[in-house]
Order: sequence, then C-alpha cells, then structure tokens
Amino acid sequence: MSGRAERALLVADDLRKSFGATPALDGASMEVDAGEVVAVMGPSGSGKSTLLHCLAGIVPPDSGRVCYDGREVSRMGDAERSALRRSQFGFVFQFGQLVPELTCLENVALPLRLERTRRRVAERRAAEWLERLEVGDVAAKRPGEVSGGQGQRVAVARALVTAPKVIFADEPTGALDSRGGERVMRLLTAAARETRAAVVLVTHEARVAAYSDREVVVRDGRTRDLARAAS
Amino acid sequence: MRGLTDLLMGARLAFAGGRDGWTRTVLTAIGVGIGVAMLLLAAAVPAALDARTARGDARDPRGGQELAAGPATLLVAGADTEFRGVPVRGVVLRPEGLRAPVPPGLAALPRAGEVAVSPALRDVLESGDGPLFAPRLGGARVVGTIADEGLAGPRELAFYLGSDTLSGERAKRVDGFGTSVPSEGFGPVLMLLVVIIFVVLLLPIAVFLGAAVRFGGERRDRRMAAFRLVGADRRTTRRIAAGEAAAAALLGVAVGGVLFALGRQLVPLVTLWDLSVFAADVRPGRTAVLVITLAVPALAVVVSMVALRGVVFEPLGVVRRATGARRRLWWRLILPLLGLALLFPLFGNVRTATADSRYQVAAGAVLLLIGAVTLLPWLIDLVVRRMRGGAVPWQLAVRRLQVDSATSARLVNGIAVAVAGTIGLQMLFAGVQNEYRHDTGADPGRARAYVHVPPAGGIDAVARLAATPGVTRASGTLQADATPAGTPDRIVEVYIGDCAALAELAYVDGCGDGDVFVSNEEVAVGDRLSFGAQGPQWTVPVAARRVQVRLDPVGWTRRGVLATPAALDAGRLGPLTAGVYVRTDSTDPDAIERVRNAAAAVTPLAYVSEVSETEEARRFTNIRRGLYIGAVVTLLLVGASLLVGVLEQLRERRRLLAMLVAVGTRRGTLAWSVVWQTVVPVLLGLVLAVGFGLALGAALLRMVSVTISVSWDVVGLSVALAAAVMAAVTLLSLPPLWRLMRPDGLRTE
Amino acid sequence: MSIGQTFLGLLESSPRHGYDLKRAYDERFGRSRPLHFGQVYATLSRLLKNGLVEVDGVEPGGGPERKRYAITDAGVTDVSRWLAQPEKPEPYLQSTLYAKVVLALMTGRPAADLLDSQRAEHLRLMRELTRRKVDGDLAEQLICDHALFHLEADLRWLELTAARLDDLAKEVTA
Repeated sequence: MSGRAERALLVADDLRKSFGATPALDGASMEVDAGEVVAVMGPSGSGKSTLLHCLAGIVPPDSGRVCYDGREVSRMGDAERSALRRSQFGFVFQFGQLVPELTCLENVALPLRLERTRRRVAERRAAEWLERLEVGDVAAKRPGEVSGGQGQRVAVARALVTAPKVIFADEPTGALDSRGGERVMRLLTAAARETRAAVVLVTHEARVAAYSDREVVVRDGRTRDLARAAS
Repeated sequence: MRGLTDLLMGARLAFAGGRDGWTRTVLTAIGVGIGVAMLLLAAAVPAALDARTARGDARDPRGGQELAAGPATLLVAGADTEFRGVPVRGVVLRPEGLRAPVPPGLAALPRAGEVAVSPALRDVLESGDGPLFAPRLGGARVVGTIADEGLAGPRELAFYLGSDTLSGERAKRVDGFGTSVPSEGFGPVLMLLVVIIFVVLLLPIAVFLGAAVRFGGERRDRRMAAFRLVGADRRTTRRIAAGEAAAAALLGVAVGGVLFALGRQLVPLVTLWDLSVFAADVRPGRTAVLVITLAVPALAVVVSMVALRGVVFEPLGVVRRATGARRRLWWRLILPLLGLALLFPLFGNVRTATADSRYQVAAGAVLLLIGAVTLLPWLIDLVVRRMRGGAVPWQLAVRRLQVDSATSARLVNGIAVAVAGTIGLQMLFAGVQNEYRHDTGADPGRARAYVHVPPAGGIDAVARLAATPGVTRASGTLQADATPAGTPDRIVEVYIGDCAALAELAYVDGCGDGDVFVSNEEVAVGDRLSFGAQGPQWTVPVAARRVQVRLDPVGWTRRGVLATPAALDAGRLGPLTAGVYVRTDSTDPDAIERVRNAAAAVTPLAYVSEVSETEEARRFTNIRRGLYIGAVVTLLLVGASLLVGVLEQLRERRRLLAMLVAVGTRRGTLAWSVVWQTVVPVLLGLVLAVGFGLALGAALLRMVSVTISVSWDVVGLSVALAAAVMAAVTLLSLPPLWRLMRPDGLRTE
Repeated sequence: MSIGQTFLGLLESSPRHGYDLKRAYDERFGRSRPLHFGQVYATLSRLLKNGLVEVDGVEPGGGPERKRYAITDAGVTDVSRWLAQPEKPEPYLQSTLYAKVVLALMTGRPAADLLDSQRAEHLRLMRELTRRKVDGDLAEQLICDHALFHLEADLRWLELTAARLDDLAKEVTA
C-alpha cells in the first residue's frame, strides 16, 4: 500500500467533507498513478463528484490529505490550487462547461490563454486538438450551434490542450446518447493514453467505466478499492 | 373569461410564488414605488405653485381707485429686504381706523413698535444671527407670528411692522386684502426651463420603471416553463405573466403612495430658488393621480410583454430567440430626428411662443433624449462587432457583448438618458445665466450695493451709510424730478451730489464744487426747471458743461442734470429721494446686512439692492446645484436598477462562473471581464449621452437665441457623476461575484 | 442461436457448398466459437430431410463435401417466419448469483464482498470487451456491445442488490 502510494501521482487519504450537516465524504482514500485511467463509480449521492472536486483541488476537504506529485494540495491556498488546476489538470464536466459566447476554437484555446500563451499560438494548438477529436469543422461555431456530442468533444479538446498530467472527467457522457458517449470515451481515453495523462473518470455507467484500467467504488462517502483489495 | 382567470392566477403568483416570487415582487414594488413617488411629486408641483400664488394674491393689498382715509382704511408700505441672500417680505402697516382690515395670517394688526414675524424669521431672530437682522425692525417688539395662510411657504421670511408715522404719500391706502389680478405666470424662458427640468428628471424615472418591472425576470421565466409543462398554452402563460407584472406594479403604486406621503412631510425642510412649499400644498391633481395609478401598471404589463417578445416558454425550459439580426440604423434615427424637427420651429422665437408650445418642447426633448436609448444597442453592436483578441477578460467581455448587446444596452439606458438630459439642461442654464449677467451690465467692483432711500429719509443718509462698519466707501446723490418750463409733460432728472458721486453717473472730468453738468441732450443750458407744480424753480447755469453719460455701478443709464451742492442747494427743494452706492469690505460677508440695518434705521422704507451680477449668478448656482442633486438621485436610482440587473445576469451564469474557476481561471480574470462588460456599454452610452446632451443643449440655446457655447465643465461633471455611480455599481457587484464563483455552483444538479 | 435457420438465411442469397457455409457462418457469427464440420453436415442433412434445402449439384470427384446446397421454397418460408418472429426475452429468473447472495446471508458470510468481487469480475470482462470493441470493426463493435449491455444490466442488478442487502438480510434470516 505505502509503496504504491509513494509512486502514485495523486493520492487522497481519508478525506472527509460535509456540506452543512450532510457528510459527502466520510473517509475516502484513493491513488492515481501517472498515465492510468481510474473510474470512480457509485450510486448518485454517494460522494463521487465531491471526491473528484477534492482530488482536483477545487474544494478543500474538511480533513484528510490530497497530495499531487509530492505536494500537499489540501494545504495550498486558493491561488496556488487555482494555478495547479490551470497548469497540471484538465477538466471535462457533464454539461455547461463551454463559454457560450466564445467560439469552440476560442473555448479550447482558453486554458492556454489563461496561462498567458499568445493568442495565435494558443489558437493554433487548439485547432490541432479539435482535429484530433474529429471536430475540426466546428471551430468557428459557438457552443450553442453544435450537437451535444460535438460539444463534449470540444470540451475534451479543451481539457487536453494544456497537456495536463491528470484529466478529471465528471460524468462526461452523462448528457449524451450511447453512441455519442462511446465516441467521446474512445477519443478521450485514446488521447489520454497517447499523452500519458492520467484520467479520473467519475461515472455511474458501467459501460463508461469499462474504458478505465481499474475502478474505485464510492458508497456513502467511503471508497472501496476493489483491485487493491484483491491484489 | 379564461383571460381574467389567468390574470388573477398571475396576480396570486406574485404574492404566493414562494420566496423567489416574493423577492421579485418586493423588488419590483420598491422600484415602481420610488418611480411612482417621484411622478406624484412632479405632478404635485404645479398645484403647489398655484397654492403659493393664491396665498400670495390673497395677501396683496386690494387694488382699485384712490380711497379717502376712513375708519376702515389701512396704510400699507412695502419694506422688503434681504437677509443673507434670502428675500424678506416686509410690510409696514398703519391703521387709520378701528375697522382697518387685517392681512391674512395675522390675528390682529401690530401697533406701533410691534411686529409680527413669520416662524422662519422668528428662528432667525432667535438664532445667533438675530442681532444682524433685529435693527431692521427698529426695535419693535415681536408680538406674534404670521400663520400659514399669510405665508407663501413655510420657510418664507416675512414681517408686518406696526407704525404710527407712515404717511399717505409714501404708502398705499387700502380697505382690504386680496387681488384678483391674474398673475403673469412663468416667463417663456422660465417655462422652458421648467418643462426641460421635468423632462430631464422624469425620463430616467420612466426608464427606471421599465427596468424595475423586469426585475427577477429569469426566475419568472422558469416558472412559466413549469406552467407549460403542466399543460398551459403559450397565450395562457403570457397572460399569467401579465397578471404577475400588473400585480407587482399595483403593489408598487401603493408603495409609491406611501413613499409620497412620507416624502411630502420632508418637503417643507427644503428651500429651492428661495421657494419653500407647505406639505399640505404638495397635492397632485386628481387626474394626475388617476393617470399614474392606471398608466404605471399598464406600462408594467406592456414592458413585460415586450420583454417576452423574444422569449418562448417551452415545457422543458426557456428558449431565447437568437438576436442575430443586424441592427438597422434608420428607424433608430427617426425618433431623435423627429425630436429635433419638433424643436426646430421654436428656434429663436420661444420667447414669443404661446403656452401650448411647452408640449412641443416637452415632446421634442423627450424624443431627442430617447434617441440616445434607441441608438445605444446599434452603437454597441457597431463598435464591438469587429473587435477581436485582447487579453482574456477583454475577450470574454467583448464576445458576450457581441452575442447580446441589448441586455447591456438596457442596463445603461437610464444612465445615458440621465446624463444627456443633465448636460442639455445645464447647458441651457449656463447660457441663460450668462445672458443675465450680460444684461445687468452691473459692475460689482464699483459698488456692492445700491441703497434707495425714499424722501424724508434725510440728507444725512449718505453719511450714516458711510459710517456703517464694513463700508469702505459710500457716495450718493439726492434725486429730484423737474419739469422744464413750457413742457409740462416732460420730466428731467436732477442729481445733486459731490464730484465723486456725480462721477459714477457721467464722465465729469475736472469737476469742482459749484459746477453743473448736463448728460441729457433734451436739456439745454439756460432751461428753467420747476420742481413740483408750485415748487421752487432753478435755471440751468450757462456755465454748465455737456458731458457723456456713464453706466452707473448697477448698470443703469442715468441721464439728467448733475449739480454739485454749491451750485444747487438741495435744502430748498424739500424732501428728496437719495440714491447711495455703497462699497464694502469684501472680506466681511456681514457688511451688507449692516448696510441694510443702517438703511432701515434711516427709514424702514429704504430698499437695499445688492449689485446684481454676483447675485444672479449665485441664484443660478443654487438651482444648478439643486439640479445636480436631482441628477445624482436619479443616477442612484438608475444605478440601483443597474446593480440588480448585473447581479441577475451573474446569477444566471453561476454555473459557468463556477466551472471557469474550477478549471483554474483566476478570479481576477473573471472580475475584470465583468468590469469590462459593464464599462464598455457605459462608455459608449456616455459618448452618446454627451452627443445627445450637447444636441439638446444647443437646440435649447437656439430656442432662447443665446449663442451656443459648450460648457465643458458641465459635460465633465455630468459624465464624472455617471462614472462614479457606475464605479460604485461595479464595486458593489464584486462581492456577490466572488460568492458566485465558489465551487458550490458546480453542484447545482 | 439456431444454426439451421442461419444456414437457410445464408443459402437464400446464393447456393453454397457445405465448407463455404461453415466459413461464412464463422466469419459473421461464430468468431468466438467456430462450428465443427460434424455440426455442419448434421444440420444440413436435417434440413435436407425436412425439404428446406435441396442438393443443387454435385462437383465431380464425389464425396459428401462436394455437394452444393440450395434453399427450397419451403426453406424461404421457414426463414421468413423465423426472422419475423420476435425472440422470447430470457427472463433470467433462475439466477445463480441470487442464490449465492441468499446463501451467503443465511450462513452469515459477507454478502457485500461477494457482490463486490462479482462486480469486479464483470467489469474486468467489460474492459476486455471494450478493448476489443475499440480495436475492432463495426461487426465486432456490435457483438461486443451486445455483451456489454447484458453485463451492464447484471452490474446494475449487483448495485441495486448491494444497496438493499440490509433489507434482504432481514427477510432471509427472519
């Protein structure tokens, strides 16, 4: 256990988090190695999303530790966590993640521009990623003008454009039909494996989780790491 | 019938829609209430002025033919003065019999040595300033106060002084009070000002009302979508929405009534342009009340219907119709051009125009100002359309504006109208003010005040004024009217004074005592002048020199015969009027009051007028300051609605904001994008406002035939005020923005 | 899967030799389990006996494997009937998993662990199928998806059962 934890890129240890009186996480622990795809599964309300938010440094846990690459995320200040998310992580959410006023190309270029990359450079890289995710043709369109599947692929491109070490995907296929969902998952995992990015994939769908290398099950705010338990 | 049910359903929702519904209703009601209160106040102004005029008429001595002294007659003489720039109505009374009439507001006539004062004057007398005014009452004992019906306004300074020496020659003999002489009303220029003031202050209120009934529209939309889900059709939801808007607006009317009733009590505390108004006089006309009560809810319904034009309620959500269509310029230009077309015929002749032209003026000004509103979305589109690039906050803001300029434009409308109106109005003021200064031709450097001392004042008036502390110089002439022999219809003025005094009236070079000068072409050397029908006579000496007349310090031309005391002995001409120019120590603001005291000591009937250039300017400055205050209040109102609008827009984007923060966007980046998103439309709005304000100002100045001059300090101040309000709104929107950017926003589902 | 009707369907497009039939079948439907030749000829002789196919011709050289088979009118009718008739959904009422869970509960063994390890096993298989699917062509994808959806259904059942274990324990031990 400890041997793995030392090698792991991202480690969560005994996280607890409550919103008001309701506990969302009640002792959750997991590790993510560099380049692996981990599915976080569990019924709705089990705390999967909160676990993802804590791992990604979006929400600080009430107690417990989150370490990324040897640095303790749970102790960082807001600005530092923000910078970490910007430079090391990528995000794909279920919906509503693209800025409606920007074109798809500008949306993808946005994380680079937040890192102060020059606009022309940022947009060229964004265009490459759109091509790789098979949505090169929607570059000039606004998110409201493309289909749900195309929008999600644009979002995946946006998550990948900064060459992140970890991609956090929270129900990335939740709003799509099976076929669109499969396509997004196929492209997401292929691109992640190609760039050696780890993926933390929160989903309640087994078929989506099947794209992972292993799964972590969350139930009532606690994790059950099956593969680890078995080995 | 169905329609009515739907409307009532909407009305019920306004009050029973849960906390959301309530918040929206209350916000709207407060907004509408403020607007309604302002409208009622404006509607009450004419009535208040009428009541004031009516009381003024009622207390004026009754005119008519000459009366003989009798048991029911009263001698009345005006003794008006001023105190610290505020006019004081003074009346000297002397009853000639037991049944002498009593002016309104007095229980009994004050006897000699007694005085009745207005409450405001009593306050002055009892304050630290009392000793500076008291001498003017000649040591009379205050025996009572003047009741409200004898006063034009609650803050009016007035007194009735009893006398037993007042003579029939210097006073008017009356047997009653109250004139029915129709008052002349506002002059055309003043009328123009009043109309423009109304337009400028009320138009932003109308815009504000429009914004207020849109408060909370997002949530309402979602509720309507829920109605569609349970089976309501489109027309039904629209009717429900209308009912909801009308109910909130009706509540707003009630709130407005209450606010008005409360605000009315504060009115007597305010004095504007030397006017103060009794709370009881602030009574909007019945028609106005009816119109406001009906029009405001109607406006609410119309606005909410217009707002829904681009919105389609679907059972599963709200669809906003795309606003992709290019904005057309031509119809946006029609309104302001129509406004200019209405104003144009009045150019140069508003002074001779009929009273009906005020509607034309109002309509023209309103249309012109509305032009700023209609052009704004077009201008924002035009400017923003081709913008690209820039830093991330700028890009976010610009893109947002490109997608939806109408919303931002709507938020800025009120500001644009308020600023444009203020600029136009202040320009008119500045222009008219200059005109007044030029007209007087007075030269305050030569004299601070002119004291008119009626006959019987005494020859020593000049000496007594000169001895007053704070007076640096007093020079005066005695003035007599004479008739040249053979021309009984003509009157020639004769001024008697020392060389220094005469030098104020004409260029009397090389003057010495004993000299006589003539500055009136109609008088010749050797003419025989008689003073009064049976009075003494005097011949203009042959040695008299013809001289050029000089504007006196007040700006008047006094032509006549100027004689030094050695040439003409004033003593043998009987009681003469004295005119004294007084120069005071400019560092002593009370000097002028002491001059008035000294003059009153000579005779209560003496009148002191301050040399008017500074005087007029001060009055205008006061009213302009008042208007700026009005503009600030309006801007604050508009700012409040802007704030609500901005917060609503932010709340709508809460999930997006939380998401952007989650992917690592700096909060500062988002804050800046919100700032730019507000600043750009505001800047463009201000550009339009300045343009339209200058256009309105120029049109108004043309109407009163004053040369157009742009007063950039007016523009600067108006724009600065608006910018300050905007900055405040933006700052106030930042804390909620920070709250909305918390990751909680991600957990909405 | 009914091999007989599948053969008839394949023969309807064109007459074939027995060997061709097996190859066509394996290519399209039998990737994981190719047919034995014995199965092929047993099925063909049954169809021949029932008059659904006929021998279309014999290649020179003799031997049973050189016969070419063609479908008869009766065979076409049979294929149509088979295709038109919906398959009966399998009710899965006799579930081994269910029995295991109940027995675990009755004997006081940790039923949750049983469910979890079963779930891990299901997911392991799903991963494998997903990998095959991603690398495969459309036919492969459809076949894998069919299996994946079934496995997913099982997984949902596992989830639901796990969530209701406490209630079930009460009923079973009552």
